[in-house]
Amino acid sequence: MAITSIKNLKEFSTSNDRFEGAHLLCPGCAHSMIVRELMNCTDDNLVIGSNTGCLEVSTAVYPYTSWDTSWIHIGFENAATAVTGAEAMHKARKRKGTLKDPDAPVKFVAFGGDGSTFDIGFQWLSGAMERGHDFTYICLDNENYANTGGQRSSATPIGATTSTAQAGTHSYGKKEKKKDIVSIMAAHGAPYVAQLAPNKWKSMAKGFQKALETEGPCFINTVSACTTEWKFDPKDTIHITDLATDSLMFPIYEIIDGHELNILYRPKNVLKVEDYLGAQGRYRHLFKPENKHVIEQIQSDIDKNWEMLQRREEARI
Amino acid sequence: MSMTGSVPGTDNRGIRELGAEEKVGWDQVQQGVVLPSFEGDAADIAHQKAEERHYADFNSYTATVASWRVLKPVYNRDICIDCQNCWVWCPDTSIISRDKQMLGIDYDHCKGCGVCVEVCPTNPKSLLMFNEAEENEEALSEWPQKEKKAK
Repeated sequence: MAITSIKNLKEFSTSNDRFEGAHLLCPGCAHSMIVRELMNCTDDNLVIGSNTGCLEVSTAVYPYTSWDTSWIHIGFENAATAVTGAEAMHKARKRKGTLKDPDAPVKFVAFGGDGSTFDIGFQWLSGAMERGHDFTYICLDNENYANTGGQRSSATPIGATTSTAQAGTHSYGKKEKKKDIVSIMAAHGAPYVAQLAPNKWKSMAKGFQKALETEGPCFINTVSACTTEWKFDPKDTIHITDLATDSLMFPIYEIIDGHELNILYRPKNVLKVEDYLGAQGRYRHLFKPENKHVIEQIQSDIDKNWEMLQRREEARI
Repeated sequence: MSMTGSVPGTDNRGIRELGAEEKVGWDQVQQGVVLPSFEGDAADIAHQKAEERHYADFNSYTATVASWRVLKPVYNRDICIDCQNCWVWCPDTSIISRDKQMLGIDYDHCKGCGVCVEVCPTNPKSLLMFNEAEENEEALSEWPQKEKKAK
């Protein structure tokens, strides 16, 4: 694979962008930061599929497309299916010798939001992982259905207010915990599964390159801060993501072959989760006295999860 | 920017009038649309800089979202250290970097989110937000001085 050098940002910046501006994502949206980084970290031809979601509706508004590579959108749930189908066809045509340029390296990538990954496309994604196609699935996790007005998804964390799980006098927002998608995907025995964040650009670029290089189905969950539904100022996208990774709300780690866990980022000063929650409008109600117990629960969940990750890393099983 | 005949109802600025296209019956609607991003062969796009490519009118590179901005980032070459933080985190591909050097801002595609200003590490910052109506020269003339770090 032709790899773009990511030794430092200066070298990385010589990569030619293949994701064009004038897409209609909100100002400050982390989706496009992640997509740009993926497309910049390789020189290979890319075949990309997108599930319905913010990314798809904003980057292909007729008569415009923001993609400089092959890109397909079909349904809400089946980017994984479409891309693995393209991968199977590519393999078959290579075998039959009907490709125009059989030696040109091609990578297959599917993008989905958290709604289409955790909920609607879960079965299709699981099937694609099980069939063992050579592709990479990247989930842009903004923890709600941001495209349709911020409904709850199974990626929404406990305590967040959404348009269908609203905080008020009788409720503190969503009452259920977030699905642990990374462990679920690792349990498929996938060769490379990771959770990455755009504020740590180097670990993210390294993770993307590893996933693209690895043969077989790879899954990456990326944190995509949503300025509209998380309710923060667009300029603060990277700051909020910093808070997310430093409070360990989103630990950055990878799981190789379903068992070998490596933590990729250990914050020097671990922040209290209040710092992360307090920076966003969707958690404002948790700071009322009657809701304090939710913050305590979130903090204890984070501590337990971090302990579990560290012990799994030590155990190497 | 000029639009080809395949995109109907565009005025001379290339902006398409909604609803101006010819209406067709439900059974004549084309199922699925393919939009070519480039004119001609696009096999080696990864090794071509934006100015070397032949963008098709369908590519959003030929469109603009400049009207979204209220504030705009202004770039000060004298202070910049070419760290490329703004390049890696710009969500709108609007930081023009060539050969490890930051050249400026693509005002056609910048939405004025301000992420580039937040991630700029220099003191004073080499990117700052100014009112969209203000001239860049004027903005550069009122650039703030170096701030002393509070100890």
